[in-house]
Amino acid sequence: MATLELAIDEGFAIAPVARQRRLGPLFWAAIGWMIFIFVAAALANVLPLPSPTDMDMLERRAPASMLHWLGTDGLGRDELSRLIFGARISLTVGLCAPVIGITIGGALGMLAGYFRGRFETLVVGSMDVLLAFPPLILALAVTAYLGQSILNLTCILGVLGIPAFMRVARAATLTLARREFVIAAQALGASHARILLRELLPNVFLPLLAFFLLGVAVTIVVEGALSFLGLGVPPPISSWGSMIGEGRESLDVAPRLAFLPAIMMFLTVLSFNLVGDTLRALTDPRQGAL
Amino acid sequence: MLGFIARRFLYLVPVLVAVSLLTFLIASLLPGDLAYVILGDQATPEKVEALRHDMGLDQPIWWRYISWLGHVLEGDFGRSFRTGQTVLQAVSERLPVSLELMFLAEILGLAIGVPLAIACAVRSGSAFDRFMTGSAFGMLSVPTFLSAILLIYLFAVQLHWLPATGYVPFEENPIDNLRFFVLPALTLALAEWPGIMRVLRSDMIATLQEDYIALAKAKGLKASRILFVHALKPSSLTLITITGINIGRLIGGALIVETIFALPGIGRLLVGAIYTRDLIILQGVVLFVAGGFVLMNFIVDMLYAVLDPRIRHGHA
Amino acid sequence: MSEPALLSVENVSVDLPTPRGNLRAVDHVDLKVGAGRTLGIVGESGCGKTMLSRAVLQLLPKKAKLSGRVMFDGQDLVRLDPERLRKLRGRSLAVVFQDPMTSLNPVLTIGTQLIETLQEHLELDGHAAKKRSVELLAAVGIPAPEQRLTQYPHQLSGGMRQRVAIAIALSCEPKLLIADEPTTALDVTIQAQILDLLAREQRRRHMAMILITHDLGVVAGRTNEVAVMYAGRVVERAPTSALFRNMHMPYTQALLAAIPKIDAAPHTPLSAISGRPPDPTRPIQGCSFSPRCRFAAGLCHREKPVLTAAESAAHQFACFHPILAAAGVTA
Repeated sequence: MATLELAIDEGFAIAPVARQRRLGPLFWAAIGWMIFIFVAAALANVLPLPSPTDMDMLERRAPASMLHWLGTDGLGRDELSRLIFGARISLTVGLCAPVIGITIGGALGMLAGYFRGRFETLVVGSMDVLLAFPPLILALAVTAYLGQSILNLTCILGVLGIPAFMRVARAATLTLARREFVIAAQALGASHARILLRELLPNVFLPLLAFFLLGVAVTIVVEGALSFLGLGVPPPISSWGSMIGEGRESLDVAPRLAFLPAIMMFLTVLSFNLVGDTLRALTDPRQGAL
Repeated sequence: MLGFIARRFLYLVPVLVAVSLLTFLIASLLPGDLAYVILGDQATPEKVEALRHDMGLDQPIWWRYISWLGHVLEGDFGRSFRTGQTVLQAVSERLPVSLELMFLAEILGLAIGVPLAIACAVRSGSAFDRFMTGSAFGMLSVPTFLSAILLIYLFAVQLHWLPATGYVPFEENPIDNLRFFVLPALTLALAEWPGIMRVLRSDMIATLQEDYIALAKAKGLKASRILFVHALKPSSLTLITITGINIGRLIGGALIVETIFALPGIGRLLVGAIYTRDLIILQGVVLFVAGGFVLMNFIVDMLYAVLDPRIRHGHA
Repeated sequence: MSEPALLSVENVSVDLPTPRGNLRAVDHVDLKVGAGRTLGIVGESGCGKTMLSRAVLQLLPKKAKLSGRVMFDGQDLVRLDPERLRKLRGRSLAVVFQDPMTSLNPVLTIGTQLIETLQEHLELDGHAAKKRSVELLAAVGIPAPEQRLTQYPHQLSGGMRQRVAIAIALSCEPKLLIADEPTTALDVTIQAQILDLLAREQRRRHMAMILITHDLGVVAGRTNEVAVMYAGRVVERAPTSALFRNMHMPYTQALLAAIPKIDAAPHTPLSAISGRPPDPTRPIQGCSFSPRCRFAAGLCHREKPVLTAAESAAHQFACFHPILAAAGVTA
């Protein structure tokens, strides 16, 4: 077995290698993809695409052609157009659900980290309880009983994200609340609200934003999984997840029907993860406040 | 040591109680009259009323909770009105399947993640290390159902090496049983290994910088011993935590895989219960799963103390 | 010394690439240690003495570049193949590090850390290894040695932990022991005990020893020869008694003066050496000590002095303005 090389530091702090590299080409490629997909989804109605719902029974599972740039799916619908309209749904749920998490979770976390004491124990304890439940089960139960709709789905996914945002906000607040600028503000007689909003929030915001991006990635995945099983967005609305689920049946004949939306989803999730992770590394409140 | 366990246990109880309460509330507050659902098209107002009275549904909610909890503590989780099975029967039928899946998935995940983590930690900063770390990151962005589709396409549709769906109990045919589990376990393992690998790698990189590793090397010990005994053991704490948390998570997360690969486990039981509005099963199984998760965390905490003697003696 | 030295460090330099430039930690150092003899290496923090010891042990950081030869028992350690080097380590060549809290593995028992060395190099079976471990612990002055085998490092006091580290180092009867600041991390009251222990064991086993320290007082009376290091170079080298009687380097004299004297009058200010050690990434033209030296003159700032012999060949120094009068003390 090879002999070990040991890095014995003689007290010279080597700057974290990745930090300088992170804002590299990958980061900007990710940003580029995010913008591209967002714009494409937003402009879906305006783009010169065939309708995603028009079925052409004679052209089912057709390969790429001039008429259908990416071919058609199992019911003769244009694949490219479905991909872009699917992006709409996936992104809508993906972006809106974490908003619930960041507002409610972020607020709870900041309050818990600032006021401490029994309130904090209560908040942390309830989040622990919520976290004990397998999230998918909860989502399934709610959509099954309250009905499948984009609104219900968004709400339950949003609620499921609250504990995570609470933790991030609380951790950031705990680190910052002891810093000099907070103590200074308290000494000057600032009210709690003022301190929370003017001093803490701007500093807690960036880590939360980083986490928000990660939350978008997770939400797209979870929504995708539910829709894949037919239990997410209500048919006939399709997101990428439902497209993959439908494509599963044609794996032997036309695998692209499953893999095209899969690639789109993967690239999008990867981009959000990359940017969110980079942002998180850059804005760790332990490294200093703005 | 006993004091440590006792203190942790005391925290456990309120959490379990809260979990049971939340489970009950969710099940009870969902719209849809249970009695109506049961009677189906035989429902008449009188029958509904009678059934509701029989099932105790006309009692106040707190009474129903206490009564339900009382039954639970006696071991009676309820009986499904669809299948006639008790919750415990249904769970005991399905649990081995889910456990086997979780167990195999976690072992595979560790089998991939741990060696990669060690290899990367030793070669930290090299091209190999950066490639593997990048791959781990990329893998984290691949949803479970995507890996499932990919694996099915590759191994079932194209290569015909492995079956796409199906299940055979272990007692009947161990070989076939494992064959059916390969793809589902691998799917889950692909989602597990990046997390394991990243955390263990960074932990080990830190450990390898420690003086005691330098001394172990200066003592002329074999590299394998230095890696697996001196370097891995302090990191094993982190490993146990991750494994424990993963297993806890897998209890619910294996649902997708079970559905895709048609494995008769707890996840599918739950999905089925949701479809058929079988509230009793739903309630009982969710309590079981959530309670299991909380207990799993508790066990992880205990293992912490065993592995790091500093925590046992109140140091660190 | 008529026989060849056990350890011969020949023209060794160690370079470390850092973000701020190349760091020359060790600059063309020559050292010899004979079998059964003790060499003291003295210098301030950052003078390269630890890097030198790591170079001898071949435990340098991955990025370090070493030039020169390290001859140990007739073999060049720098060019030795890894497997043979591994067999040498712990067996013929042993080390005691500065801080026993960090050099002992906190999650393994004392017994494990002792026995593994014995089993690796001496191939003792479990029972014999255990017996030997107990003997070793007793020899270094640890009470109730059997019980210690199942204890963890954090359950022992600092002095005891260092005794364990010494026991581990001595376990396979090494020919050379390198003690890198063995008492710096310990209470003053324990320091003398540990140093005496080392000296006693060294004499008993007829073992060669290198004692690395920043405190000149530590080497007095416990070493045969002393090498003073500054900024990566050896600036004065002499048999111990000769050094203390007749020190030639202004730096050595300043080091000696910096030791607090027990018989000085109360409230005597401690004399420290003004200034700071030079930044190793920015080598100074001329003598490295010149910015802080009382005697520095023109030549000192322009050229680096080389080691030249003093009144006897064994006593060397590197200075343009050595103190030639007998201004030292008896050690």
